[in-house]
Order: sequence, then C-alpha cells, then structure tokens
Amino acid sequence: MTRTRFHQGLEELKQRLLIMGGLAEQAVDRAVQAYVTRDLPMCHKVLEDEKTINASEREIDEIAVDLLAMQQPMAVDLRFLFSVIKINADLERVGDQAVNIAERVIDMSKFAVAELPVDIARMASIASGMVHQSLEAFIEEDADLAQQVLERDDIVDAINRDAFESLTQVMQSDSSSTRQALDALIVARNLERVADHATNIAEDVIFWVRGADVRHHGVS
Amino acid sequence: MGVDIKVERLNAWFGKNQALHEITMDILPNHATAIIGPSGCGKSTFVRCLNRMHETHPDARAEGRVRVSDMDVYGDGVAPVDVRRRIGMVFQKPNPFPSMSIYDNVSAGLRLNGFRNRKKLDVIVEKSLRSAALWDEVKDDLKKKSGASLSGGQQQRLCIARALAVEPDVLLMDEPASALDPISTSKIEDLIFELKANYTVVIVTHNMQQAARVAEFTAFFLLGKLIEFDKTEKIFTTPADKRTEDYITGRFG
Repeated sequence: MTRTRFHQGLEELKQRLLIMGGLAEQAVDRAVQAYVTRDLPMCHKVLEDEKTINASEREIDEIAVDLLAMQQPMAVDLRFLFSVIKINADLERVGDQAVNIAERVIDMSKFAVAELPVDIARMASIASGMVHQSLEAFIEEDADLAQQVLERDDIVDAINRDAFESLTQVMQSDSSSTRQALDALIVARNLERVADHATNIAEDVIFWVRGADVRHHGVS
Repeated sequence: MGVDIKVERLNAWFGKNQALHEITMDILPNHATAIIGPSGCGKSTFVRCLNRMHETHPDARAEGRVRVSDMDVYGDGVAPVDVRRRIGMVFQKPNPFPSMSIYDNVSAGLRLNGFRNRKKLDVIVEKSLRSAALWDEVKDDLKKKSGASLSGGQQQRLCIARALAVEPDVLLMDEPASALDPISTSKIEDLIFELKANYTVVIVTHNMQQAARVAEFTAFFLLGKLIEFDKTEKIFTTPADKRTEDYITGRFG
C-alpha cells in the first residue's frame, strides 16, 4: 500500500460524513417526534442542532477540496470524493428539512389540535429509514442496498400525493382546520424531500461503488 | 498527417527475459495515446518496438506485427532507418548535439540523408522550430548558439523540432517532460496538444496527471502485458480492471 496519508485522509472524510449523516437523521427523527407530540422544546433542539450540521458541512467540504487539490485522486478515489461532496450537500439539506418541519410544528402549536387524514409518522419512518439505509450502503460500499433505497422513493411520493388530496379536502370542508392542514401538507412535502435526498445519496453510493450513473433512471 | 498504428501480438525480449507479452492494440491517427505503468512494465520497450529502436540493444529481439499506415515495420526488406524516419522519437533527457548550432541540430537528420538545398533547409528549420514552439525564442541565434546553451525545456523542444524536421508521421515521446520544471512541462504538454493536428503522438509517462491532460487514449501496462486500453477519461474515472484501478489510485506501484 502506498499513499498512506492520502488514504487516511479519505478514511477521515468517511468518518466525518457518517457523523454528519447521524446528526441529519436524528434531526428528522426529532422533528417528527415533535410533530407527533407537539413538543416545542424538541423543536428548538432541532433548530439548535442545525448549526452543528452546517459547520460539519463546511468542514467536510474543506477536507474534500484539500484532498482534491493536494492528492489529485483518480478512479475509485475520485468517484468517492465526488460522491462525498454531493452526499454532504444532501445531508445538509436533510437537516434543513428537519428545521422546516420543526418550524411548522411551532406554528401548529398556536392552534388547537386537529384530526388530520395523513400518517406523518409512517411517512417519516420510511423517509428517515431511507436516509439510514443510504448511509448504511455508504458504510458497507453496498450498491445493491443503495438500489433498494431508490425503489422506496415511489412509496413516499405516493403518500405525499395522497396527503395533498386528503388535506386539500380538509381545507375545503373545514375552514377551522385550514392552517393545521396547510402545516401538515408542508411537513409531508418536507418528508418527501428528505426521501429525495436519500435517493440522491443512494445514487451517489452506486456511482462511487460501481462507477455507474443511475440518476434520472440512467437517462443521459 | 498522422497515421494509424496497428500492433498485433507483439512480443519482445532482452536475452531470455520476455519484456512484452502478446501486445495487441490499435492507435488512432491524430490523437495522443499515453502509455502508463510502473517501472519495468515494458512501456518504454513497447514504444521502442514501434520504430525498431528496441533491436539496437544487444540481445534484444521482437516478434509480432506492427503496421504504421501501409508500412509493415517488421516486414522483410524494411530498413530500420526508414522506419525511424517516419516514426520520430523524443527521449526523457534532452539530447541535442552539443557542439552543433541550433540550426544544425534541427537540420541534422535531413543533411545526414544528403539533403543539401540551403533555401529549403531554411524553410524546414523555421517550420520545425515553429511547430516545436521554439522559433520565437531562438530565431536570432540560430547559427550563433549551440544546442547545449539552451535551457532544459528549450533543449527538449529543440529535440522535438529535430524529430519533426524529417517530417515523420508518428512522434514517440518517452517521458519527454520528466526532467523539466513545471513551466517547461506545460509548454511541452501544450505542444503535444498542437502536434496532434499533424501527427500521431504516443507518449510514455510516469505522471498520470500528464497522461490525463494530454492524451485521448491511455494504455496501462503491467509486467509486460497490456492490461487495459481505453479512452483516457474512462481509465481515470472508471477503469474496468482492478489492477488498473489499484495502480492509478496509488494502491501499488
């Protein structure tokens, strides 16, 4: 083995990205928990944690750019760094979605609890699970596992479409719940975006491991 | 114009040691093709086989077929000197004739072949030096300065001009920039890019970034075998063979 320092640098980057992934995943879980239990202190915790995620994003980018400039990576290492930079941006966006959800919960807490026809907890469980699985695929360098993440995106999209229909109906039929339904609709939309980011991460894992571009169903 | 090179089942030996094993590859005209691989992998031997320089080593021999356009390089009755006129070569260390002037260095090959027309020589010397991106730096000292008085980078471009003066179809370059500073290296790399318009360029390099910068195609050699040959961007982003990947990512070599 040669270029030991370079490969240590890549390993450090991997570790940092995993820590960042854990933080982003936790932020979504906390935001959804806050939604379910209308837990305001938890919302503020999510807002606070975003600063750590943003700082982590900057540090990872810096290390990645340094490695690109100093080591001129090739082949699998080049694909790895390219993927890390993109995954880093997606994880930061996952953190942003968690913040958006927390802000909706803060807004909802100002109004009476309404019974809404949308299973946010189930949607969150799938979307957050996709983030988790895409990171697991990253750890294990497992393109097959990443492929499974792509397939689950359609489920979340379908739930989001259903939520749009059913929550629109609530807004039309019960004006006292309009604000709550709108907030829930935005939360569903945020979770759908979380699933999209997980899909992007999975695609980047496949690109890194297999060298294959599977974005947009492989259409160039 | 550059011509294509077809190599079929090329084998080469130094005494009993086989340095190349069954190399088969097609090199496209008017492109730069880089040959990469660790020390001792046979990349220099390979290019030296293309213009029959290999056999100038004692005990060295080669078998197989090399076609450069319509010329069968190892065909019966083909003189090595004719092969080398059509396939020029530039080496790692610039090797101008030290006591000759710049002009005489460039025109040496033609004059050795009995070319005496002074006016035509002037034209060819200027054209060759311009092609080698050296004309503007030496035009006032053509007959005053010796080849050895130039800087390393200028000497290498002088050697390129000397190789171009005999109007070859192919230019082989064996680590042409490895003894040069970064500025001179950039000049040689820019030059390679321009030379492709008129010549087929084959460049041996230890510097993978250099291969990535100048060559459209890259061949990876290991232990005398051609492991992978593909478009340069494919080799450096998604090589097909694990050995290529391990080498270019610095996991061995």
